[in-house]
Amino acid sequence: MEILVCVKRVPDTSENEIEINSDGNDIERDDLVYSVNEWDNYAVEEAIQIVDKVGGSVTVVTVGDDESEEVLRREMAMGANNGLLLTDDAFEGSDGKGIATILKAAVEKGNYDLIMTGAQADEGAAQVGGMLAALMDYPYASLVNLIEPGDGKLKVGREIEGGNQEMNEIELPCVLSIQTGINEPRYVGIRGIRKVASVDIPELGAGDLGMDAGAVGADAAKVKRLDYFVPDMGEGAEMLEGSTEEIIEKLIEYLKAKGGLK
Amino acid sequence: MEPVLISPASFKLFGFIPTVLFSVLIPIVGVGLFTYIIARRLEPIVKANPDFRFDRPMERIINVLKIWLGQYRHPRYMLAGVLHMIIFFGFLILSVRSSELVIKGISGDFIMPGLGGTLGDIYYFFKDYAATAVFFAVVIAAIRRGIVRPARYHYPESYGHDHTNEAIFVLAIIGTLMISESLYEACLVAAEVQKGLHATFLAPLTLAWLFKNIFLNASPATLQTLHIISYYVHDLTFFFFLCFLPMGKHFHVITSLFNVYFMRLERGNVRPVRYGVSDEELDDLESFGVKKFSDFTWKDVLDFYTCADCGRCSDQCPANTVKRPLSPRFISIKARDYAFSHFPLSGEFIAQEPLIGDIYTEDEIWSCTTCGACEQECPIGIEYINKIVDLRRGMVDEGNVPQTLQKPLSSLEKRGNPYGKMEKKRADWTKELEDCEVKILDKKTSAETLYFVDSVSSFDERMQEVARATSKILCSAGIDFGILGKAEKDSGNEVKRFGEEMLYQSLKDHNINAIKKSGVKKIVTADPHAYNTLKNEYTDIPPVEHISQVIVKGVASGRLKLKGVTEEEQEKVYTYHDPCYLGRHNGMYEDPRDAIDAIDGINRVEMLKNRDRSFCCSGGGLMLFYEPEEEERMGVVRVKMAQEAGASVIVTACPFCLVNMEDAIKVAGLEGKMEAIDLGELIVAHIDN
Amino acid sequence: MAEVFAYIKHADGVAEDSALELIVAAKKIAPDAPVTAVITGSGADLDKVCNEMAAIYNAVWKIDNAALAYPNAEVVRKALVNTLPGDSIVLLPHDTFGMDLGPGLSIKMDSTFVADIVEIEGTDGGTLKIVRQEFSGMASAHVTCDISGGTVLNIRPGVYQPDESKAGGEVVDKSGDAGDLSVKRTFIEVVEAEAGDVDITKSEILVSVGRGIEDEDNVEIVFDLAKAMGADVSCSRPIVDAKWLEKSRQVGTSGQTVKPKVYMAMGISGSFQHLGGIKGNPFIVAVNKNAKAPIFQVADVGIEADILEFIPELTEAIEGL
Repeated sequence: MEILVCVKRVPDTSENEIEINSDGNDIERDDLVYSVNEWDNYAVEEAIQIVDKVGGSVTVVTVGDDESEEVLRREMAMGANNGLLLTDDAFEGSDGKGIATILKAAVEKGNYDLIMTGAQADEGAAQVGGMLAALMDYPYASLVNLIEPGDGKLKVGREIEGGNQEMNEIELPCVLSIQTGINEPRYVGIRGIRKVASVDIPELGAGDLGMDAGAVGADAAKVKRLDYFVPDMGEGAEMLEGSTEEIIEKLIEYLKAKGGLK
Repeated sequence: MEPVLISPASFKLFGFIPTVLFSVLIPIVGVGLFTYIIARRLEPIVKANPDFRFDRPMERIINVLKIWLGQYRHPRYMLAGVLHMIIFFGFLILSVRSSELVIKGISGDFIMPGLGGTLGDIYYFFKDYAATAVFFAVVIAAIRRGIVRPARYHYPESYGHDHTNEAIFVLAIIGTLMISESLYEACLVAAEVQKGLHATFLAPLTLAWLFKNIFLNASPATLQTLHIISYYVHDLTFFFFLCFLPMGKHFHVITSLFNVYFMRLERGNVRPVRYGVSDEELDDLESFGVKKFSDFTWKDVLDFYTCADCGRCSDQCPANTVKRPLSPRFISIKARDYAFSHFPLSGEFIAQEPLIGDIYTEDEIWSCTTCGACEQECPIGIEYINKIVDLRRGMVDEGNVPQTLQKPLSSLEKRGNPYGKMEKKRADWTKELEDCEVKILDKKTSAETLYFVDSVSSFDERMQEVARATSKILCSAGIDFGILGKAEKDSGNEVKRFGEEMLYQSLKDHNINAIKKSGVKKIVTADPHAYNTLKNEYTDIPPVEHISQVIVKGVASGRLKLKGVTEEEQEKVYTYHDPCYLGRHNGMYEDPRDAIDAIDGINRVEMLKNRDRSFCCSGGGLMLFYEPEEEERMGVVRVKMAQEAGASVIVTACPFCLVNMEDAIKVAGLEGKMEAIDLGELIVAHIDN
Repeated sequence: MAEVFAYIKHADGVAEDSALELIVAAKKIAPDAPVTAVITGSGADLDKVCNEMAAIYNAVWKIDNAALAYPNAEVVRKALVNTLPGDSIVLLPHDTFGMDLGPGLSIKMDSTFVADIVEIEGTDGGTLKIVRQEFSGMASAHVTCDISGGTVLNIRPGVYQPDESKAGGEVVDKSGDAGDLSVKRTFIEVVEAEAGDVDITKSEILVSVGRGIEDEDNVEIVFDLAKAMGADVSCSRPIVDAKWLEKSRQVGTSGQTVKPKVYMAMGISGSFQHLGGIKGNPFIVAVNKNAKAPIFQVADVGIEADILEFIPELTEAIEGL
């Protein structure tokens, strides 16, 4: 099975303190460390496991700048066979649909049976996979936490409310967005990355992809971010202050009043 | 002179078969078979990876004299140790006699060269006692092994069948050797007495002496028969035993001498990924660590052959004590069984599967805290830390790392600390420090001494107290010091032992660079883990001291003045818990104790397990982020030991130990009755400058 | 202004909470415009929901088809694309169904899409201004969206209080417009989560534990507190991912939906997926080391503390009562 996994380089929220810059137009990026989007990492692991089972190859693709190459290498160190960097000044400022349009051009240049994305990334939109599927006219399933390859189709489980799992049969080619917990991604160390350091990763721009640069990028984006701001604390919680004893005393009063102690 | 009994060399069975044939045949077949077996057993050793163990012969010979010949570590388990020593020394003594007997079967008058005169008289006198002592030691050992059955020989079902039968069988063989040798001798002497000849003197109360007296009135024909039978029983048993040794745990009788000679000389280090491959060439290696059996080094295989299944390592192992799925002896025994079954005595060698999932489990290998208690205990120099680390290297290379550990590792790679905290916050702990200036060394600021803080003391709130206490001691002792701040990264001690060698190398290289740039002349640290790797594994850096050494020197020179215990403290009983990486790995047992004792009037007791038998707190490093299944926390076991010793305060000299002990006190429900304090904190509370 | 539609999710003849929230969101976009509920399904259950929604929405479009008996997003998408006007404003709940449907629907309707909206600030001509959260809720952002050619908006469940006001509309049967509903993804079944030893959905008091517990061994201090309070123990997703507690104890959109009287969020940062599993407006106590944790925005009482230190002390104090 030929599998394409779409990945993204994101600031790692668990290793960073996200702060807004003084202009309010971006987060403070000076001290950030980046990694591959966690959901994407699960998707790549799943792709590798499928290929281990049924054969084929895994290609990882990202839309980004030169620095995005590092996440491609990391995923290749995991075991992805090929990397593909889609980069062009014209791509900058694309909205979700723009990114899906760029990826569509890349999908059409290949011959993929299965396309995977992470369920969501740093922006928390969970949109590119579904858009790409619709643009390609491929069936789509989101939040996938189980894949069983079959003949020309897959059995997939979707994580739905209540901890339940929705089982579907989906025809290939298709697009799946992958939920965390579907597998246990393998560890990639410095050694793994060095091993693939010299592997050539093709860079494709709008021209190479044969696409209309005007259809993507900031100008074509119909959904735009104006600014960042610190979430309004609103009414928020009444913060209990004082010594631990005082805090506990106040808390117990509250708990008694609200029926929190039996 | 006509011999009183016909010797095996001249005897004719049924009057016409010369038994000398057997005397010749048995050794030839025995030695031939033995040679073949050993050649097959050598195969896995020859095929194994290299291991450099041929340096420093004098130190190695001293090890052999002390640990092998001197049986130095045996009395740590008194009864078993003494029994072993009796059998061991008895064997050494009797080996001469046994060899003599073999030749006597061919040439009846043969006497071992050198044993013809007075020396011989003395030897023969003592060898009878030796045989008798060995016999009784064997009987006691058999009772102990077969009836008393000490818990440490217990075999969990998952690890295969136990070795009690083998042990008893071998004890029976040894007993047979002792009896047959004595009987052979006794018959001869009894016959001499019967003929009124000048009888050979037999040492009183020995087996031979006993048999002589029993058979004094036996017919000459009976004596002749017993004489011949006992000879061949001895001869056959002797060669059978020789060939039986390489079949199981008694291989150690042959291999232990070599194993002790080649045992590790250095402590506190981990062997390189591959001997003969420099750090720079590591990238060229196809594979890292031990994945298959043939990835082990030849010394590893020798270790496996040598394990006598005495169970001392596992008895001392903290992971085994708290019922984690690790028992060090089975690391050896399972590998030996694997070697025997995959390199059989006849036929083709069997293809190898990856060891993890076959004979070892992931959790088994992650369970080790690298505390070193097993290696400290092993009476014949078997090593575990190197193998565990190499197995981990193999797993890491395959990407086989528990999910909960991937985050701290990636944080170490990106931020230089396992918490993923920002580099610029590494020195934030100094902000709460009063009356003591901590310089942050850079191009403009220099100092004579570097305080290497390491990650946990820099970022963990509780451990930051240790960093502040350390700084106050340095300030009070008038030492010109500073820290690297954001230029410091994790020392990597745990990363290396976790098996992530490349990440370790990058942390190490970064730190070495930063240390060199700072231009310091000395390094001090309060974290034994940092101390260990800086001292033993970093190169080209100034000498490293632990804070306890600084305290002792400061007190001795008078620069650090300590006041005595307060009234409240007089009620307390202190005990010192040896951190593994200070004690066992670096032999620093006395400095921290001296530092505590420098506080006038302090009441300090020792726990039963102290110094090189200290019990690991469950370890530092990445194990803070991952713990295998266990029934009880190691820290809790340790805190209970302190309680048994009558202590109310556990003093540690390691931030990891401190937090583990504090946690354990809570879990054990001993809050209010027991407390834990870092050595630095204890000293700071008594500084009187 | 284009027509506004709200897609109504329902099960067993009952509309989900989002049905009453979406109408509030719709009013934020166009206060005076009529809002049509669009409901897909099959049979008597569908009729029941349609009638219920007719009392609330200005109109109800019913699409009845056996293929829609289970809300397979691929089938629903076809039905909506075939039925709705091209420049519609379509509101969906941003749950596991809305995530499945929304992005593709927007493409097929050739309109725009905004996911996980937490606030709608209003429209300016053909431009809608909304608020979203990024970086796991650590930063908010104002986003504009061109809705002149239609749009699909996924609204985060629970951000709007349900509107119970009655509009009184009619049910219009649009089943005939649905057209061909054949798709390449077939729903098979729903595999129910294994029931655990405790049913936290019925608990009145929950002590819920999150990443702040740091280590599996520490989980027992949470049980001690729960015991002292007469509460049950629940948790957030990372605790289940680490296998420290069973899945049946997980609160959140991918876990259980709970309705306790008191909810103690211990070391839980408060992702919206987690908060999505807390219903019934409980009294929420949050204890967290990080003063900026989003949980403090929704909690009634907050305490900035390390739960590893705070919980044992609280347990002791309660036991001493």
